[in-house]
Amino acid sequence: MAAPTTTVLEVRSLLKRFRGPSGASTTVVDVPAFSLAAGEQVAIRGASGSGKTTFLNLIAGISTPDAGVVEIAGHDLTALRPSQRDRVRARHVGYVFQTFNLLQGYTALENVLAGMMFGRGTDEPFARDLLCRVGLADRLHHQPKALSVGQQQRVAVARALAGRPDLVLADEPTGNLDARRASEAMAMIRTLCRAQDAALLVVSHSPAILRRFDTVLDFAQLNRAAREVAA
Amino acid sequence: MSLLRALTLVVRRSLRQHAVSTTITALMAALAAGLVLSVFSIQAQTFAAFTGGAGGYDAVLGARGSQLQLVLNAVFHLETSPGNIPWSLYEELAEDDRVALAIPYTTGDNYEGFRIVGTTDAMFDALGHGDAARFEVEPGGRVFDPERGEAVVGSFAARRTGLAVGSTFHPSHGVAAHGAAAHQEEYVVTGVLEPTNTPADRVIWIPIEGIYRMGGHVLRGSGEAFEAHPHEEIPQAHKEVSAVMLKFRSPMAGFALDQEFNRERTDATLAFPFGRVMAEFFDKLGWADRVLRFIAYLVVVVSAGAILASLYNTINERRREIAILRSLGASPRLVFLAVVLESSAIAFVGAMLGFVVHAVLFLVAAAILRERTGVVLELWAFHPALVWTPLTMVSLGAIAGFIPAMKAYATDVASHLVPHS
Repeated sequence: MAAPTTTVLEVRSLLKRFRGPSGASTTVVDVPAFSLAAGEQVAIRGASGSGKTTFLNLIAGISTPDAGVVEIAGHDLTALRPSQRDRVRARHVGYVFQTFNLLQGYTALENVLAGMMFGRGTDEPFARDLLCRVGLADRLHHQPKALSVGQQQRVAVARALAGRPDLVLADEPTGNLDARRASEAMAMIRTLCRAQDAALLVVSHSPAILRRFDTVLDFAQLNRAAREVAA
Repeated sequence: MSLLRALTLVVRRSLRQHAVSTTITALMAALAAGLVLSVFSIQAQTFAAFTGGAGGYDAVLGARGSQLQLVLNAVFHLETSPGNIPWSLYEELAEDDRVALAIPYTTGDNYEGFRIVGTTDAMFDALGHGDAARFEVEPGGRVFDPERGEAVVGSFAARRTGLAVGSTFHPSHGVAAHGAAAHQEEYVVTGVLEPTNTPADRVIWIPIEGIYRMGGHVLRGSGEAFEAHPHEEIPQAHKEVSAVMLKFRSPMAGFALDQEFNRERTDATLAFPFGRVMAEFFDKLGWADRVLRFIAYLVVVVSAGAILASLYNTINERRREIAILRSLGASPRLVFLAVVLESSAIAFVGAMLGFVVHAVLFLVAAAILRERTGVVLELWAFHPALVWTPLTMVSLGAIAGFIPAMKAYATDVASHLVPHS
């Protein structure tokens, strides 16, 4: 396990542009520097459309930047071949999506196993244990469509942690829940990350969520592109 | 190992998610595979049955005319006899040093559609039928007495007509059951033959004298019409036979007799060797085989196309699933493999079900063939098609998966993960 001082995520001069329908390119992400230490929990405040999802996708290696460096647990994603990038993501990153993105047709347990099988390999007892810890012990074999929104969210959290990642990314993870449940869910995510010593990076615009974090950064401060847009 | 588990889970879930189209395409593949299996094995076995064994005989001598008709009539008990030849020809061959065995056949009567062949009791002792099997009378029976109105019944004919040892029957005139007048003569069954799985199973054997003495039978062996009278010896000169079944001491004898009867003489035709005569017949029907094969191949191609189309159409609705798997760390290669594996799996299931389709088609065809000719086909007799058909189906299925797999491979992860809510 990584020592507390180890850097899990290191971002430098990250740049992402999108070409619009008119052909004009717009800079969406322009982050000079950002980093997370192992086990650190940081929240970023950002409005929708500020490029925060793109920022998380770049960190996860789901999108490729136009310039800059993203280092996950010592691996420079931008220097890796796509298949190597997939492997780093599978091994080191857990991702909780706003819409959960559960695999339909797969049971809760299979969804969690899917979070393991491309990384360290499946560990069914651990998957069951995770689902028990998020309170779904009696929903292991239910498909997403048979689960409530809150339950789906917990499956998504269990899946993100299933691969024992060093870094958990969460994009408006409680956006679909009411305030009380959102607060509970956030507490759960934080507890689970702490238990696994995984760093947590949450992006949200919900004050109820942001309040719980010691470190809250403003994405508009972090992202020069957003500052330009704002200005 | 974990890659394999991942692939298996993804493919299984995907097959289940699209159960309807999976089932339909698999059934189509089954039809295709079954058709190919049936066409090849029925064709091969039919060819082997009709060109191979002629019941231990090497050749047949009969009236001047078509060798094919002679073989069909004397060996397969189909068609009508091309005519008769004088008894003297039989005697000539029976005494020929080059001939190991000569057995006379006379035809022209039936019982309930099963042909009655007059012959000598020597036939039952002289040779085996097929390869090792001889004409064996089932326990409790015996071969007919050549001097009496007795009959030995082939196994298939016995089963169909219900004739058993001790049964009596009246032969009917002609080789077909319809509209035939029954003869006065009554025959007693003295034996039922063990199955030989050859056309001989459909035959009822009686002494050759019985045919000569059957009411209304006219003998023209001498060129003049002669009708036998009870208790009077029939002069040899008047006797005639429909065919003489021959077994030679050596193949050279066959070639010599072929030259003699078919080139130099004009009083008879020698059909030799059987295999060549029947193979020529199959050659004439070759186009039908080729058409059938072509249709079978076409159905295979169409079924591969159906697999391609059904997967291609579902890739769009699977984009999100693919993007999610990719976000969890699945490589594009794995996604590609999963689609190819899925199409191969559909083809594999289809090929396995194809054996069921094959069994049904084959058994129906075999039942008809057995009913009509007595030839027995064996369902699981080995044919290379039993191996290469499933292999080809699975390969074609895999190839059919390539195009949809390319589409899946190229799925952009970020854009398909965009929140849908």
